[in-house]
Amino acid sequence: MDNEGEKDMSQTKVNSLASIAATRTPGTSAMGVGLEARNVHAWFGQKHVLSDISLDFYAGTVTALIGPSGCGKSTFIRILNRMHEFIPTAAMAGEVLLDGKDVYRSGVDVTKIRLGIGMVFQKPNPFPSMTIKENVLSGLKLAQIKINNSDELLEDCLVRAGLWSEVKDRLDQYGGTLSGGQQQRLCIARSLAVKPQVLLMDEPCSALDPGSTLRIEETIRDLSKTMTIVIVTHNMQQAARVSDYTGFFLSDGGPGELIETAPTSHIFSNPKDKRTEDYVTGRFG
Amino acid sequence: MSTVNPVKSEGPTPREITTEPRFSDRIFRGIVSSGGMISLLVLGLISLFLFYNGLNVFRSEGLSFVTSFEWIAESIENGTEASYGIGAMLYGTLVIGFIGLFFGFPLAVGAALFLSYYAPEWLKKPMVLVVDVMAAIPSIVFGLWGFYVLMPHAEEWAKLINKYFGFIPIFSMPGDFYSRSPFIAGLVLAVMIIPIITSISREVFAQTPLDRIQAAYALGATRWSMIRSVVIPYGKGGVIGGAMLGLGRAIGETVAVYTVLNLVYDIRPEVLLSAGGSVASLIVNKFGEATEPELKALMAAGFVLFMVTLAVNFVANAIINKTVRQG
Repeated sequence: MDNEGEKDMSQTKVNSLASIAATRTPGTSAMGVGLEARNVHAWFGQKHVLSDISLDFYAGTVTALIGPSGCGKSTFIRILNRMHEFIPTAAMAGEVLLDGKDVYRSGVDVTKIRLGIGMVFQKPNPFPSMTIKENVLSGLKLAQIKINNSDELLEDCLVRAGLWSEVKDRLDQYGGTLSGGQQQRLCIARSLAVKPQVLLMDEPCSALDPGSTLRIEETIRDLSKTMTIVIVTHNMQQAARVSDYTGFFLSDGGPGELIETAPTSHIFSNPKDKRTEDYVTGRFG
Repeated sequence: MSTVNPVKSEGPTPREITTEPRFSDRIFRGIVSSGGMISLLVLGLISLFLFYNGLNVFRSEGLSFVTSFEWIAESIENGTEASYGIGAMLYGTLVIGFIGLFFGFPLAVGAALFLSYYAPEWLKKPMVLVVDVMAAIPSIVFGLWGFYVLMPHAEEWAKLINKYFGFIPIFSMPGDFYSRSPFIAGLVLAVMIIPIITSISREVFAQTPLDRIQAAYALGATRWSMIRSVVIPYGKGGVIGGAMLGLGRAIGETVAVYTVLNLVYDIRPEVLLSAGGSVASLIVNKFGEATEPELKALMAAGFVLFMVTLAVNFVANAIINKTVRQG
């Protein structure tokens, strides 16, 4: 009786997520493989936290990574742009290929890798000592890139991040004066200024209110026309709304594994693995 | 107990919330608060003692005590009248303090950045220890080192500076007296203030929010550009505060300066010349054979020095606290 009701509810939930996801047409804008992870493992000290993850991210698509807390999603995307190595005990194995070339190959300039693979963090983190304008252009300064038409780039990035109309009259105010949602879009604009091929987003909306979340989701959809996006999210509605592909991560106490990856509509309507089904229907996690 | 209070017109009033501390807690509380109080008391008594003893000198000399350059003790044989002024010494104190800061500050901040962001893990701990031990070396040792080891070299450096920059008045040289100059005393002070500036800078740099550092790296920053755009803007205030604490130490430094500096009761603009001043050194210099009235004047000088260092330290702490609180 109780079970029946629960099943009904979860069925409805699956249906609604599937119907959201079905509005997305996966792979239509694919321009080949942009970023590939090959047999990636990760460790913190002796602890094996990710096991044998292989995943392709098609150019011009949005891939959502879902799964319960502690399953290694964030660790995985931090491996993709080499932020993983900032943790003193961190180690990894496997390959990450950007345009077919391993980002961990010896002799590579890691700053160039991070220019090609940008990142937006969970908590909005604009530079407080810089104005809105300086924040957007900070990547150029940090990476020592000289350009001529900085005003054009500034407007372009803010327009694409969906923030231009809100800040165009106060570009010289400090980034900290913006609301949380605006700050996060400012961080997106900042990532865009160095023209990355890939943008990694680590739960970009988890600190934001629903209205700001919707704005950022629109921004993600627009950006996916021109770049590859990988987004980690705890919010399955969000995965269904914004992504073309979804990967489901799970850890059964040991290292996190990639259970299933498929076009998002399949994950929510017709998951192959029982564990995926259990997770997307809310039976655990 | 349960008698009803008649007519309470003013509504509820907040109750007094109390607790009865245990005996052991009371004893401990007594010990720690007396420790705190005693240090305050000692500080107060010292300044009161100096002020009280120097009062007559302040009265008779007035403002000229800090502006005039002469320091003449009353002498019956020579028929001279007493005249006490620490203007030249005060000026000299500041000059050598700033010379020390000029050389010590960049070295210390560089050392702090190296220890925070460049040094390999195995080197960090021993380096931090070495820097801290530098602060524990007795100042007379610095003085002797300055006199016997540093000075012969520093004289040559001073000659080079004079040769190439002698056209600038402060680097000119009216004779050939390069030893025991404010320049050399400043160099000794530079070494002595490195530990405090380094450790404060390191502390401030360590508090740079990780998310800003990561944001910079994720944008393709090199280590240096990250430091310039994130760490330095964040730590600026604290580092300046650390520099002022270093200046405070330099101003109060006595024995090391006394060992290497030639005291002259005159304001000379040439920093390479063997003529400088230092209030603290003046006191050491005169203390041994001072007459009773001169002793009072020395105490007055001590009071002025005390107030200057107190002010510098106070401002430094205010700056550091403000930076740390900004978060």
